[in-house]
Amino acid sequence: MAVDEKAKLAAFEERIANGEKIEPKDWMPERYRKQLIRMISQHAHSELVGMLPEGNWITRAPSLRRKLTLLAKVQDEAGHGLYLYCAAETLGIDRDEMTEQLLSGKAKYSSIFNYPTLTWADIGTIGWLVDGAAIVNQTMLAKCSYGPYARANLRICKEENFHKRQGYEIISIMANGTDAQRRMVQDAVDRWWWPSLMMFGPPDTNSPNTEELMRWKVKLKSNDDLRQRFVNLTVPQARAVNVTLPDPDLKYNEETRNWEFGEIDWDEFYAVIKGHGPMNRERLEARRSAEERGQWVREAARAYAAKKQAKEVA
Amino acid sequence: MGSAKQHDNDLFEYLLRLGDDRLILGHRLSEWCGHGPMLEEDIALSNIALDNVGQAISLLQLAGEIEGKGRSEDDLAYFRETIDYRNLMLLEQPNGDFAHTLVRQFFFDVYSYYTYLALEKSLHEGLGAIAVKSLREATYHLRHSREWILRLGDGTEESHRRTQVAVNHLWPFTGEMFEADEIDERLTAQGIAADLKKIQLDWRKVVNETLAEATLEKPEDRFLPGGSRQGKHTEHLGFILSEMQILPRSYPDAGW
Amino acid sequence: MNATEPLWEVFLREKQGAPHEHAGSVHAADAEQALQNARDVYARRGRVLSIWVVQTSEIAATSPSDDGPFFEPGNEKAYRHPQFYSVPRGIKGV
Repeated sequence: MAVDEKAKLAAFEERIANGEKIEPKDWMPERYRKQLIRMISQHAHSELVGMLPEGNWITRAPSLRRKLTLLAKVQDEAGHGLYLYCAAETLGIDRDEMTEQLLSGKAKYSSIFNYPTLTWADIGTIGWLVDGAAIVNQTMLAKCSYGPYARANLRICKEENFHKRQGYEIISIMANGTDAQRRMVQDAVDRWWWPSLMMFGPPDTNSPNTEELMRWKVKLKSNDDLRQRFVNLTVPQARAVNVTLPDPDLKYNEETRNWEFGEIDWDEFYAVIKGHGPMNRERLEARRSAEERGQWVREAARAYAAKKQAKEVA
Repeated sequence: MGSAKQHDNDLFEYLLRLGDDRLILGHRLSEWCGHGPMLEEDIALSNIALDNVGQAISLLQLAGEIEGKGRSEDDLAYFRETIDYRNLMLLEQPNGDFAHTLVRQFFFDVYSYYTYLALEKSLHEGLGAIAVKSLREATYHLRHSREWILRLGDGTEESHRRTQVAVNHLWPFTGEMFEADEIDERLTAQGIAADLKKIQLDWRKVVNETLAEATLEKPEDRFLPGGSRQGKHTEHLGFILSEMQILPRSYPDAGW
Repeated sequence: MNATEPLWEVFLREKQGAPHEHAGSVHAADAEQALQNARDVYARRGRVLSIWVVQTSEIAATSPSDDGPFFEPGNEKAYRHPQFYSVPRGIKGV
């Protein structure tokens, strides 16, 4: 048995090394399955919870066009959550179980969504920085070794390319607007910059999962590499609209061609993950309430379907 | 015969009625975004909200052009008061539970479907073009909300009870849908507007049949006084507008 | 009562004459709801001509261990592929 497992593992790792995709019914080590369920469900929960900070501005969008485009964007996030839940379901966990894990606090979601959206500039900043960071991550995940997760990310990347542009458009209009608007933009960027860098996860020196995930090509780049890529992309974009990134240590290194940045406050990162962010309670409460208020609706749909089926059989 | 000025004013008012209905309903539906009873339905409600806001944009844009005072659809949406809004009171009612939202939606979807069906043949070219495009969307909306009325009415005991409560609660608001004033009469006679009398017949037929199929009881016809087409509303609209209009009103010199 | 609505696989036809292709899945209580959900989730960017939904549990599939016996015999039948046959140089349209 043990010998058999070893041989299977070797064959599995060889397939991955050859760049093959692993599909749902293929043999995979239990740990690969567990890691994927953890990552994909966390990603799905993040899409769902991520609807909330932006969603609360849909009714306050400052023009009808903005209302339409923000609604379309937040709706996309629901769609992306759905693709991801379906990808996780191919690994033998169902959506209800994942929802339970979210509501009980057992499963995590991206802690950035525990920060509040205070002005309309936050909507632009989230699109620009938070979606910008997510795209860097998802572009990598679209090439990961698990077929359903790679395909879900590919679809997400295709659909999400307008999100970042939408955010940056809002920022550039406001940054070129009135004094009040410029103040809102700078304030929003000051609040969202560091949390966006934290989105890539703990530093490589303190990321116990990374080595294994990279060997199995669930991840193709380390947290720090992705973070650096995001910073390099973002600094020129900030300059182009005269927005200051709140990091006095930010400087270009001619040799490495990287924008070096200051120390991230990891204490804050871990505190927010543990539930001490400004909006943790509200976010989970909103999801819990939606689940509870939807329960009788889902029951009704199932009861009606059963009745209809019984009639057809009769 | 009315003057050209009266004709334009009639048409402007009529377009506001159509546009405001959809803007306010779209606003209410968008409040569900992120809070739907299941992920798939969250997406569906957002789609319907998007269609409604999209239609409102076309209708209000045309209204602004006809008015000829240089007001854009945004000016009309963001800088009118509660007493200037022309939407049905039904549509400003709070979402309540999912049954309330879907009963409100169903009542309006039937109304909107037959309105567009008539307006497809409107002698006003611009309005006719909007109707052709919107009818496709309205047809789907009706299919969606009608299915839900059947599911909820004939689902579980609880869903039946909740849906009956919603029907009873919202029914009194449906009377004013068919109250035609002089503007309706003049524009209908000119082949521009939809004939409310005819729509009422179709509406009653579909609504009665659907309620019966869903094992729901049709309430007695006791209607609330109408007047929303002349700017009378419930208190809910003021709160919708204060939320919706906050940014353009606070920073009238800013672009977004 | 089952806690989750059943899962349905969604197939879209995006071009006239093209086959239906797998797009993803949705949860739904019945076929009509599955069609509507599929439309809202997978066709919200337009360009879809037709949708099929089928309950996931109704799909019969080969298993990965079938890989050899099920498919290899086909791979070995080179005479089913045009490259198997040689045609004199310079001849076109064959």
